[in-house]
Formats: sequence, C-alpha cells, structure tokens
Amino acid sequence: MITAPDVVALTHEDDYEEQYRDDSMPPFQFQPENPWSKTATAKFEKDFILISEFSEQVGPQPLLTIPENARDNFDLNYFSLRIMSVDYQASFVGHPPGTSYPKLNFVEDSKVVLGDSKEGAFAYVHHLTLYDLEARGFVRPFCVAYISADENKIMQQFQELSDDFSKASECLKTGNRKAFATELEKKLQDLEYTRNVLHNETEIQKRSNDKGYYSSVAIEKANELANVEKCIIEHEDLLMQIRTYSHKKTKDAHYFSYEPEYGTEPSDTGLGHQSNESCDKINFSNSRSYTPKFTRAKSAKCFEKKLKTLEELCDSYFFNQTLEQLKQVEKFFRGDVCYLITSQIEKLLLQQQRLTSFLFEDTLFFDKERTEKQQRCDKPLPVFNILSPKDLEHPCLSNEAASFESYKSCVESVPIKLDQQVNEESYHGTVADSIPCKNPPGASDYLELEGKEKGSVSSGESIEVLGTEKSCPAPIFSKSDSQTNLQCQHPEIVRRKFVVTKRTNSEDSIEVLCTTESLIPEDFKATCPSAIYEEDNTLDNEEEKQLSTDLVQSDANLNHSNGFSKADFENNTIMLPVLSEPVDSPCCIGKESPNFTKSVSTFVTEEYNDGVVNVPPQRSKTIDQIFHSDFPQQDDRNGLYGADDQVLSTYEKKYSDVPGTGETVQIPVDEYLDNMSYISASLCSDRTPSPALPNCPIKRLSGKHKKQSGRNSLWFIRQYSFAQQAIFSLLTGRMLVIVGEQEGKVKKLVNALSTFVPNCGSDSDSIKQWVTFPLHINHLQTWKLIGLQRIASPLGTSILHSLNRYSRYISILDCDNKTLRCPQYKGLLITRLADHRTQIKRGSTYYMHVHNMLTQLCSQAFLYTFCHHLHLPVDERETEESVTCRRVNFLKHHLGLMNDDSKIVQYFADLIKMRYLHEPAKGVNPVLRFNYTSSSVFKI
Amino acid sequence: MLRWLLGGRDVQEPVEKSLVLCIGDEQPQNPYTELRVLKGHSDIVRFMAWIDDLRFASAGDDGVVFVWNVQTGERLHELRGHSRPITAIAVFPSVLQLQPESRHLLTASSDKTVIIWDLNTGTQIYLLTEFQSSVKCLMIIERLDVWLSGGDKVCTWNCQAELLCKTTCFKDADVSSMIELPKNNIAAVVRKDVVIFKLIPLSSETQAWKIIEMRRLSNHEDDIRALITINDLSIFIAHVVAHLYLMPFNLGNAPLEDAFYTAQLERRRNIFAAIGTGIYVYNLQTKTVIAYQQLAHDSRVLHIAKLPNNQLVSCSEDGSVRLWELQELPPAEPATSGLFNMWGIGRPNKQQNQMAKRKLECSVLKTLELIGDLIGHSGAVRMFLYFKDHGMVTCSTDHLIILWKDGEMESQFRSKKLFQKLEQEEQYAASL
Repeated sequence: MITAPDVVALTHEDDYEEQYRDDSMPPFQFQPENPWSKTATAKFEKDFILISEFSEQVGPQPLLTIPENARDNFDLNYFSLRIMSVDYQASFVGHPPGTSYPKLNFVEDSKVVLGDSKEGAFAYVHHLTLYDLEARGFVRPFCVAYISADENKIMQQFQELSDDFSKASECLKTGNRKAFATELEKKLQDLEYTRNVLHNETEIQKRSNDKGYYSSVAIEKANELANVEKCIIEHEDLLMQIRTYSHKKTKDAHYFSYEPEYGTEPSDTGLGHQSNESCDKINFSNSRSYTPKFTRAKSAKCFEKKLKTLEELCDSYFFNQTLEQLKQVEKFFRGDVCYLITSQIEKLLLQQQRLTSFLFEDTLFFDKERTEKQQRCDKPLPVFNILSPKDLEHPCLSNEAASFESYKSCVESVPIKLDQQVNEESYHGTVADSIPCKNPPGASDYLELEGKEKGSVSSGESIEVLGTEKSCPAPIFSKSDSQTNLQCQHPEIVRRKFVVTKRTNSEDSIEVLCTTESLIPEDFKATCPSAIYEEDNTLDNEEEKQLSTDLVQSDANLNHSNGFSKADFENNTIMLPVLSEPVDSPCCIGKESPNFTKSVSTFVTEEYNDGVVNVPPQRSKTIDQIFHSDFPQQDDRNGLYGADDQVLSTYEKKYSDVPGTGETVQIPVDEYLDNMSYISASLCSDRTPSPALPNCPIKRLSGKHKKQSGRNSLWFIRQYSFAQQAIFSLLTGRMLVIVGEQEGKVKKLVNALSTFVPNCGSDSDSIKQWVTFPLHINHLQTWKLIGLQRIASPLGTSILHSLNRYSRYISILDCDNKTLRCPQYKGLLITRLADHRTQIKRGSTYYMHVHNMLTQLCSQAFLYTFCHHLHLPVDERETEESVTCRRVNFLKHHLGLMNDDSKIVQYFADLIKMRYLHEPAKGVNPVLRFNYTSSSVFKI
Repeated sequence: MLRWLLGGRDVQEPVEKSLVLCIGDEQPQNPYTELRVLKGHSDIVRFMAWIDDLRFASAGDDGVVFVWNVQTGERLHELRGHSRPITAIAVFPSVLQLQPESRHLLTASSDKTVIIWDLNTGTQIYLLTEFQSSVKCLMIIERLDVWLSGGDKVCTWNCQAELLCKTTCFKDADVSSMIELPKNNIAAVVRKDVVIFKLIPLSSETQAWKIIEMRRLSNHEDDIRALITINDLSIFIAHVVAHLYLMPFNLGNAPLEDAFYTAQLERRRNIFAAIGTGIYVYNLQTKTVIAYQQLAHDSRVLHIAKLPNNQLVSCSEDGSVRLWELQELPPAEPATSGLFNMWGIGRPNKQQNQMAKRKLECSVLKTLELIGDLIGHSGAVRMFLYFKDHGMVTCSTDHLIILWKDGEMESQFRSKKLFQKLEQEEQYAASL
C-alpha cells in the first residue's frame, strides 16, 4: 500500500470526528459519500447511471437505471427532463438544402456536466442519437447519465467517465446501425415487392386500356409507382449511407473499441463470439427468408404505433453488452472520489514498481496486464480485426463500399487502402514515432488538429459545464473549447497516428499525412521530459516516508481543491491521466534537461515488459558515499514545493548529477501508455475481452479479501504467541504447514497467514487451503502455506510420515495442540509487524499496516538486489570475501537489519532476481531454498 | 574417483536404527541449500551420464533418455526410441572427426538394440539391432575411436557403428562390466571370472580388427561386483560382499612388485568401498582399512564416490544421500573391532595367478565424519553425478532427478547474471 485513503482523509479534514460506522468496510471504499461533503441535500445515497430518452410521443422519459433500485426517492422523471433539455447538436435527418435525398447526419455524442440544486445531484450526461426508420426524422435522441451527489467526483473523473460512456455509446450505436440496416433491407424488399405489384397492375391496366386515354385510376397507379420508386431510391441511399458509415468508422482507428474483442475472446456477458456469429446468421437468414409485404408508400403515422424499445433498436446482443459495460462503469466509480483518485495514483505507482510489486501486490492485476500486452503484440492489429469476415460477408456491403463517391467531400471518408504487410513492418517504427505523444500537453496541439479535422463533418465533442449553483473551478477544462477533442487520449493518439502513417495511397489524405508527420519531431521534443523516474524503491526509509506524505498532500489537494499545482504531481513523478496540463512547461523542461537525449533513447525499448532499469556502472564512489549523498537531495526536495518549472529540471539534474544512485527505473513509454489507458479504460482499449473496465472485479475481490485476511491476521497474532515465528518462516520462504483435524479452523489460519506469503511465482499456487494427501518433494517447491488434514488412518500416518521426512524444509503449526515447530526467529522487524499488543482494531487497517511494512521491505530488497557493488567486486583485485563483507555491512548498517531480518531481505532479493531473469524457465519447477538450521517447538 | 557398486545379498542383518549415524538439522558444512526437482521419467531412473559442464543425460526403466541442462534444470532433449528399460548408457567423448561440441550418446536397452544419438539435435544417428541378447554394458575407448558392447559376447564397433570384431559367445553368462586396460587390453567380468581380451587392429585401411582372449582369471568364489583399474599394472576386483581382491595384472613380462607398490604410493592412495550399509576406506599404501563407518545408511549403499572437493558421497536405498569427510582421528585410539575379519586383501605373492587371502590387522587412523545429508527422494537413490560449478544431481527409483546446489553460489551467480542483463539492456537502449 502506498497510500492509505483513510490517512488522506484524516490529514486534510481536521474536524473529522465521525468514527467509521461500519467496521467491516474499508474506509471510503464502499461509502457512498464523503462525510464532510456539502452535498448533504442529495436525495439519494449512491451514484447511479440513468438512461433516458426524449420520446417523440411523451417527451423526456427515464428508461432504466443501473443499479436498478438505486434511485430511492429521486425524481427520475424530473431529472430526465432536466438532462434531456440540455441543448446539444441534435442530429437531423431530412432534406438538407441542395440535396434531394434525406441525408443521415452522423453526429458525435455530446458530453455535458450539469448540476441540479433541487435534487442535489450532479450528472455527467452523454447524449447520443440512434436511428429508427419509424421515428421522426429517423432519429431518436437518448442520453446516458452518470449521476452523483458529489460534484467533484464528476469533474475529477470526467475523462474516465467520458471514455467509458463513449465506449458504451459506441456499442449501442453499432448495434443500432446493424439493426437499422436490417430494418432498411426489409423495408426495401417490401418496396421492391410493392413496386412489382404496382407495375404489374399498371401493365394490366395498360393492356386492358383500349380507349386511348388513361383513366384516373391508371394515373393514380402510375403516381403511386413513381412514389414507390422514389422511396426505393431514398432507402437505398440511406442503406448505403449507414453501411458506408460503419465501414468508414472501422477505418478510423478511433473506434475499434470492442469489435475485435468479439472476434478474439468470448465476452463476459456469456454471449460469446459464437453466439454473436450465430446471432448474425439468424439475422441474415431472417432477412433473406423475409417475405415482403405490400406497403403503402406513405409512411405510417408515428403516433399511432408503438415505438421500438431500446433493446429492439440496438440488437439485444449489443444492448446487453452495453448494459454490462455500464454496470462495470457503475461499479468502478463507486465510492468516494478521494478513494478513486488514490487508487488510481496507487496503481500508477505500482505499475512503476514491476520489479518488486509481484511480491505482495495484486499479482492478478499485473500478470493480467502482462498477458494482455503479449496478446496485443501477438494479435494482428485491431484495425484489421474490425474488418472481420462478418463485415465483409455482409450482403451488398462490399459492392456498396466500393463506390466511394458519396463521401468524397469529407476528409474522414477518404478511401484508405490498408496494406497489412506494410502495416506490420511499420508497426515498430510507428510506435516509436508515436511515443512522444504520451504526454498530454505535447499532444495537445495535435488534439486541436484532430478537432478541426473532424469539425468538417460533425460538431466535434463539445463540453459544456453547466454549473448551476457555482461555477466549477476546474482547470482541467480550462483549455478545452468546443473544438478541442478532449476525448482524444494519449493512447488513442498513438494509434491514430499509427493509422495515419498507414494510409499508403490516397491523394485526398495528403494533407493529413503531412500535418501528422510534421508534428512528430516537435512532439518528440516536447514530450520526452515526461520520463517517469521511479525512485521510491531506491529510497531510504526516510525518503520513502517523505514520498508518501508528499502523496498524501497531493491527494488532499486533488480532493478538495482543483487548483493544485502541477509541481506537486511532477514532484511525485505521477502523471494523472485526468489532467491536461499546460503545454508550455514540458517544452521548457525539454530544453533545460541535460538528461534529455538519454532518456529518449531508453524509452524506445518497448520490448521490456518489466520496465527498464538502468544502473550506470559507477566505480568511483563507495557505497557509503552513495547513500549519504541521498540525504542532501532529500532536503533539496523539500524545498522544491511550490516552485513550478524549476522543479522538474532540478529534479532531473539530481539524477544526472548523481549517477551513483543508479536505480532509476524508467518505464518504457508504451508501457506507460498502457497503464494510462488501463486506468482510464480508454475508448480504444482493444485488449480486454470485455469492453468494460477490466480491473474492477479483481479490485473488488481483493478488497474483500484484504479485509477478511486482515481481520484474521489480527486475530492470529493476538491469539498465538508464536505468530512471529510462523510469519518469519513464511517471509523466508520456508513452507508452513498447518496441521489440524477441523477444516474450518485450519482454513482460517491459512487465511490469516496468507497475507505474509510472498508471491514467488506468476502462478499463485503457493497457498493451499486444505490438503489431504502426503506431501511430496515437488510440493515443497511450489507451496508455501498449506493446511493439512490430520486423520487417524493409514493415510494420515503416511501424511505425518512425510511431514517427518521433510521436517527440515518445513515449519509445522499444529492447530489442535497449538504448537509450532520451526526455526527460532531473532530479530526486530517482525516484532513490529506482528505485535500481539497492537492497538490496531480493524482488519483492514492492520492489513494496510502489514502491507506498509512489507512494501518497505520490498524496497529494501530492491535496493539490495540492484546495488552493483554488493554482489560484484569493484575491480578484479577485490576478493569474494570483501564483497561478502560489504554485503553484510550493507544489510546491517544501511538497511538496519539485524540477525534474521536480513534473511528476509535476502530471500526477497533472490525472488526479485529470479523474477527479473525469468526463472524458472517454462516447464521447470522453481527451486526450493532452505537452510540447515535446527527447529524448536513453541507452545502458547 | 572410484566408482563402486556393491551388492550385499546376505548382509542385511537386522540393524537397530539407533546405531545408524544421524545428523541433526544443523549442518553448517553442508553446502547444498537449494534443490530443484526434475520431472520427466515415468519409471525408475537408473543411469545418468555426464556430457559436459552443463549437460547430463538420464535414462531408466521407461526406456526414455532425457538430456538436461544442469544449470537451469531445463529439459533439452527427449530421446525416445527404446521400447524396454535401458541397460547401459555411455557418452562418446569429442572425437576428432566430430565437431568439438558435437557429442554422441550410446544407449543400450533390453529390447536388444543399441542406439547412437546426436546430443545436439536429439536425433537418432544409428540404430543397431543385430544383437542376440540385450547389451549389458557399453565401453568407449577414446584412444582407439571404438566402442565395445558387452552382452553374451563382446563386440567392437567403430564410430560409424560398423562391427569390427567380436568374441565368441559366453556359455552361460553375460558380460556384466568391462574396463579398459593399458595396451589395448580389456577386462570383462563374466559372472565369477574376469576375462582379459586384447584388441588388435589388423590394418588401418580395412578397419579389420581382431579380439583375442588373453587370460581368464577364475576361481573367484562368487560373482564379481566391481572392477576398477588401480594403475597400469593392477586391477581391483571386488566380489562377494565382504571380499575385496586386489590383484596385479600382469601383461607378460613386467610383474615387478616394486613397481606395483610405488606406483600406488604416488597416485591413488585410498579405495572407498561400500559394503552393505557401511563404508570403508582402504589404504593401498599400508594395505589397511584406515576408516570405516559400519552403519552409514539405513539400507544398502548403492553408489559411492569421492568428489573433487574432498567430500565422500554415498547414496543408498533408504533414499538419502550422505556427505562424509575423511578426518584425522585423535591418535590414541587403536581399532579393536572385529569387523575386519570380513576384510580380505589380495596381495601379490610368489604365485601370481593365485589370490592369497590374508587377514590384516588394521589400525584405524582416520574417521569418516558425517557432515550432511540430503533428503528429498522418496525411493532408493540409484546414483549421483557431480558438477564442479553446479552442484550434484541424484536420480532415484521415485522417478525423479534432483539437482542439489549451493544456494549461496547460486545467489551470486544470479546476481552476476542480473547485472549482465542490465548491462545488455543498457547497451541495447543506447544503441537505439
């Protein structure tokens, strides 16, 4: 744990007196509102998502909320009216001047934040339009709103909300386009049929007509026929528009939000790819087997018939998909904004700590990220995925797509030829090119360009802040005008560029090409200083504490005033994706920074999954000097607060001046981008099976787990006087076997101790709750904490026999007799870690306490591992003994580890080494480390 | 290094457990603090062969041969070709014609075939099927670029797997082991006899060889269990559990007793013998047992060897491996045990073909100190291999192979690798 949210809160709010109401809840994680919030007038407890429609029949009406019962006594109808009444660029289908056919206007969604004093609610409102053949002007306006009582939350999380909602909206719209196309096809068939019927009738009339003049009936028929023919042309045009649109969209790398996911993995909604396909098939077969009806050319009156539901409008698969997404969004944004932001920061920091974080942090999270990254590398680019066979097989699409005349006019619809080979070759290059875009400010001019480009077609995404009571002091949006496309996030830009460079032959897109490429060098310059230096690991205890307090402060700033200074963030080496920072500062840093070129070169190493660690070989300084030299810097840093632009440069100088500190970790850029997009769950995330935020289920799970195991741990250290010995065994990698008759009791103990098990492999197999067979030597390698059944049977005897045989490798906790057999622990560290007289009352707090100490240990282990001189001689003359001596000295005097405490750090260091070297190789068992030390028996 | 395989049929006297030497968990001199289990075999692993500093091969009753990397524990090759248990393996050393790093492995199986494998690619090179009975032992004479197979007869082959010559069939027994003697001589054990053959190359062009029987050393009371070369002039024969014979091997005209003694003085001084559950150290110079440990293991000792680091290692049917060190005994303790009644020592007398058995009064000068034991296997440990930089490998009837390493050394090694990797990455980054 890097920062504890409750600390954040306490440090900021002095008059915080309210005790935690629910002991079982970690602070703020599930609490709906912050206790000192001024929005006590809110009529609802929890945030929720509302979908409403501006119905042409009844006006604004709420359709559904997520979660379903969240509204309490909140006036949904009123609020729907409120949010739907916001003026936005409603799409309009009709006959624009100069054209004879109705034209579909493909508008972008609009995003609005608004507040309502009556309900005490603030909302992020996302408007979108869906097409309906039967609706007036073919359009039906909808909106999806995130409603919260906390204005700050909406403002702070605007970017994330916007991204998530755009994704959901895109999902809806895709389904809608599909449904609309199907509907149009049916309609066309009807019309064709009608025309044939009418044609036949006219022919009959003609033939039967011998009088030489046309009867009124015949004239009427002819008119009708003409009408139908006009209708057919109109509908064909519409159909072409809708299809080319979706096709066009796919080429726009902006929007490959979820389609590839369908293609690659079954989605989490249970509707997998196959069902999707089959669903398509059904649709196609439906449309083919559709028996045309005779229709009147006149459109039916809207008011007479029931309008389609949202689900019908969007194809139920897509509808459910969207709901699922929105549910995830709702889950993700639960809780106080302070908690959200803290966890975001925490995650960012953790991702920079890949080298050590596997030990005690959520391995699932990191592993998942890694595998995703690999998948992403393996996968063909999403751009191609989206042109899936499904799309291509679509009847008449290929024909229609071939005629590009209809959208010659706009830049976006320039025919783009995609060449897979070119693309794959250029992938690395383009990634490297686009790396500079990682920094929001650096990319912002590019953003504007994007906005303009887009402006020709649509109104762009406009953001209006309709603060009703008071205007929001939001520097976030200060830069944004209606032309700026805030939605464009860094990762997107990367991909966008990438797409642009892929346009191989297109005369029309020359302009685009030029602008983009000419931008590159500049971007490069501007953004390089955003090197993320990770330094927490290298810090001494004091420094780390300092850092964490820094964090706390900046968090506090974040929460309660938007006017935090950029320096705070830079100083803490965090970049929040939420922030769009001023353009100028990185530029000047870029000029000033002496380190500049060097850091650039290290960025481009995209293949390092675990981050690049640079340890400049340093021969002149002794260890002592190196570590003493840390302290003056420490002091420097305190003085840096408030300084604005100087901060970074001084900061960088520090690193360039003192290469001896060595362990500056530079995260490769694309990884950084990944992280960013991961957190903000950006629109173009193509890596996750579910379009929804991928990390939230895990997070919630681990939240519960933390709470539970924290409470159990607390119970354990209070109940068992030998807890420290047991924990020592776990922390030095010695397997701990908990033997007992009662499964529940054993499992509880396993759970209590699981907090202390370093995760030594990517597979989290190290904990087994209940084992009922004799141990074998290869179990000892993987398992670190197990519960073992004690039974009176031959099997039980052989179980005990195996324990006896391997007794030198394991510690045994007898749950029934409350005895422990393990090597004795002599040290101080665990005494602090597991003090049975601890004043900590709550499980989650204790969990955080433990994690705090373990993180500290990890950083010590990191330092120990990556200190060159501790492991290798400074020059050839130096003997192995003097290196060993230095090592021992370091552990003792610099890290302050006495006796057995150093063993823990050494064990961690070995794990870090193995992890870094990717040991063990695939298919090879991990090693079992052990010591030949005698064990003693402890009793309560 | 001596290799000693002893079978004790009738020494399995009921031994009280308490008598067996035990060592606690505290073993400061035991360097092996890291282990890694290698899984792969599906039956008893009987043989391991040293290939080079990084690789070894293992084979057993499942008929499969695995080639392992001793450093990482990776399985490099899986050699499948035999349908029955493997009876002997041998590694062709780097022969001149071959690439320096190219090694060949010979495997013999009870399916009456011998296969020659390329160890670099893991492919079969030759498959020899013209055997009447299964081959029990393989021997490679690097000097002559030939190899011999011992079964119901001794056959000589060249590297291209062409039969050069063969002996007549032995009547009722197979060759169970062979050793190379100087001057193109070979000693082969056929049950109670030791037969000495001489290999004669007839002409180098035609690759025609002749093998003739030189001498047959018979009159042994029981099957011969082990055969080792002491020096150019003598071989060491061990048979019936309790009797060890040392006999000079006379190649015609040089039966010099002086040479016999002096040569031994300079070179190998001690013979380590495992008899039943005990370990004995016999000094060739004084011709006495200088140290012994009657109950070294709970069960039969299967393999014993002196390692370059001066440790004596023994592995046993009880599933443990023990490390011993030969230490000087405080002087005033004469051995009074009647144990040495079972010791006989063959000594060259006037009659050279005859084994003179004589009891020796021995004085125990040294002691075998148990400095550590390795527990891991759950079945009999068949044999072990020692690697200078990578510790020890043991194989066992529990189908497993375990790598035992010095944890400290490994940790250092990993640090070294880590900084190498860092440096590489830095260079790579700089080159971009």
